[in-house]
Amino acid sequence: MNWAVFALGFWGVAWWINLRLAKMPRSRVTSFAIPALFGITLLVLWEGAVRGFGVNPVLLPAPSAIAVRFATSIPILWTDFAQTFIKGALSGYLIGCGAAFLTAIAVDRSPFLQKGLLPVGNFVAALPIIGMAPILVMWFGFDWQSKSAVVVVMVFFPMLVNTVQGLQASDHMQRDLMHTYGASYPQALMRLRLPAAMPFVFNGLKICTTLALIGAIVAEFFGSPIKGMGFRISTEVGRLALDMVWAEIAVAALAGSAFYGCVAMIEKAVTFWHPSQRRG
Amino acid sequence: MIWLRSSLLPILTVVAAIFVLWYAGAVGLNSKWAYDKANRAGVTLSFSELVADTWSQEKPKLPGPHQVAAEIWKTTGAMVLRGKAFSKRSLIFHGWITLSATMLGFVLGTGFGILLAIGIVHNRAMDMSVMPWVIASQTIPILAIAPMVVVVMNSIGFSGLVPKSIISMYLSFFPVVVGMTKGLRSPDAMQMDQMRTWNASKWQTLIRLRLPSSMPYLFTSLKVGIAASLVGAIVGELPINQDGGLGARMLVGSYYSQTIQIWSALLTAAALAAVLVGIVGLVQGATLKRMGMAR
Repeated sequence: MNWAVFALGFWGVAWWINLRLAKMPRSRVTSFAIPALFGITLLVLWEGAVRGFGVNPVLLPAPSAIAVRFATSIPILWTDFAQTFIKGALSGYLIGCGAAFLTAIAVDRSPFLQKGLLPVGNFVAALPIIGMAPILVMWFGFDWQSKSAVVVVMVFFPMLVNTVQGLQASDHMQRDLMHTYGASYPQALMRLRLPAAMPFVFNGLKICTTLALIGAIVAEFFGSPIKGMGFRISTEVGRLALDMVWAEIAVAALAGSAFYGCVAMIEKAVTFWHPSQRRG
Repeated sequence: MIWLRSSLLPILTVVAAIFVLWYAGAVGLNSKWAYDKANRAGVTLSFSELVADTWSQEKPKLPGPHQVAAEIWKTTGAMVLRGKAFSKRSLIFHGWITLSATMLGFVLGTGFGILLAIGIVHNRAMDMSVMPWVIASQTIPILAIAPMVVVVMNSIGFSGLVPKSIISMYLSFFPVVVGMTKGLRSPDAMQMDQMRTWNASKWQTLIRLRLPSSMPYLFTSLKVGIAASLVGAIVGELPINQDGGLGARMLVGSYYSQTIQIWSALLTAAALAAVLVGIVGLVQGATLKRMGMAR
C-alpha cells in the first residue's frame, strides 16, 4: 500500500511543479522539462500501482520488470529488430515510397490521370489495407519478403496522394515565370515543381514511417519465421510472458520514433525555406 | 454533364485500369497451377483455355473479381433471400460484429478525445505536458499491442466486444485530440476579444465560439478516426477468432488457403470503410451547410 501512497504523492508534487513551470515564460528548458516530468510521473504511477495493489505480473508487469527483461534479452530483441525493421519495414518503405514518387511524376504530365488517381488514391488510403497481409504472406512466403510487400502496399497510396498534391503546389505566377524563362518541362520540374512539392512529399514520408512499422509487425501475425517483433509479440502473449511483450513494444516505440525523427531531420535540411521550418 | 466528363470519366478510367490489371494478374499468378493440372492430365492448354481456367480455380492465388463478387453475393444477398442473414456463415453477421466494435470504439474515442482537447486548450500545464506525448505516440505502432490488449482483457474476464473496441478507441482517439485542439484554438484574436467585450465566461466562450468554429477540424479528424477505428477492430479480431468478425474471417481464410474468402472479407471491409467515411462526410456536409461554413 505504501507504494501506491508514494506514487500518488509523487503525482501531486510533479503536477504542482508542472503548474509552476507552465506559468514561466516558454523556453527550451520548460518545453522539455514539463513533458519529461509528465512521462516520469506516468511511469511512477504505473510502478506504484503495480506494486501497491499487487497486480498480477501476468496482467501488467511493472516498468522496472520490463526494463530488466529488456536489458537481459537484448540479443533476441536485436535479431527481431533486424528481421522486422531493417529487412521488412525499411526495404518495403524504400520500395513503396520510391515507386509512389515515380508514379506521381509519371502521371504528372496528364491532368486526366491525376484527376482519376487522386480520388481513387484517397479512397484506397482510407481502406483497411492491412487486410492484404494474409494474401501477401501467402504469395511471398513467410520470410521478410512478404512483410516488405505488405509495407509497399500500405505506404504506396498515402505517398502517391501526397506527391501528386505536392506537384500541384507551385502557383500560376511561378509557373508562368518558368515559362518566360523558356524552361523545358524537365527543367521546370527540377528547379521549381519538385522543390515546391517537398513539404508535401515529406508529409507523406512521415505518415508512412508509422504505417511501415505497423504493416511489418501485423503481417507477422499471419505467419513468419521464428524471429521478428510481430512473431515474438504473438507467441509471448500466448505464453503470458507480458514483460517480454512490453520490451518488444518498447523497441517498436523507440524504432518508430527514431525513424520518424530521422525523416523529420532530413525534412528540416531539405525544406529549410518553408515557413513551418523557419524560426522567426 | 461537365462534371461527368471532368471528374467521373478519369475515375472510371483508373478503376477500369485496376480491373484490367487484376484480371491480368489473375492469369499470371494462377497459370502455374493451371499448367500443372494440364501436365498431369496430359493435355496442352490453348490460350483461351488457360485464361478460362485461371479465372475459375477453386483455390486460386488471386481470384478474379467475378469470383469474389460471387462469393460475397453467396454470403450476403443469397443468405438474406433464404432468411439466414445472421447465420454464422454470412458476411453480414461477421460485418455486424466488426461494425459494432468499431462504432463503440469510435464513439468512446471521439468523446474522450474532445474532452481531452477541451482540457488542453484551457490548461497550459496540461497542454505542455500531454501534447508532446500525444504527438510522439503517433509515431509508435500502436496496432502492434492489439493482440496483447485482447488476450489480457480476456484473461480478466472481458471478452467479445470490449477489448476490440478499446483498440478502436485508442486509434480514433489521437486524430480527434490533435484535430480538436487545433479547431478549438482556431477562433482568432478579434473573435476572442469580442467574447471578452461581452463579458462571456470561459464556458460561454467554449459553447458559443470555440465549439462551433472547431467543427470543420472535428469532421476532418472524424473521417480519419473512423477509418482507423475499423482497422483497429479488424486487427483486434486476429488473436481471438472464435467470436467471428471480418478479421477472424481473414485469418481463418489464411489458415485454410481460402483465398476467395479472404478477398471477400477484405472487400467487405473496404466497402464498410467507404460507407462509414461517406456517412461522416454527409453529416459534415449537412452540418457545415447548416452553420454557413460550407466552402
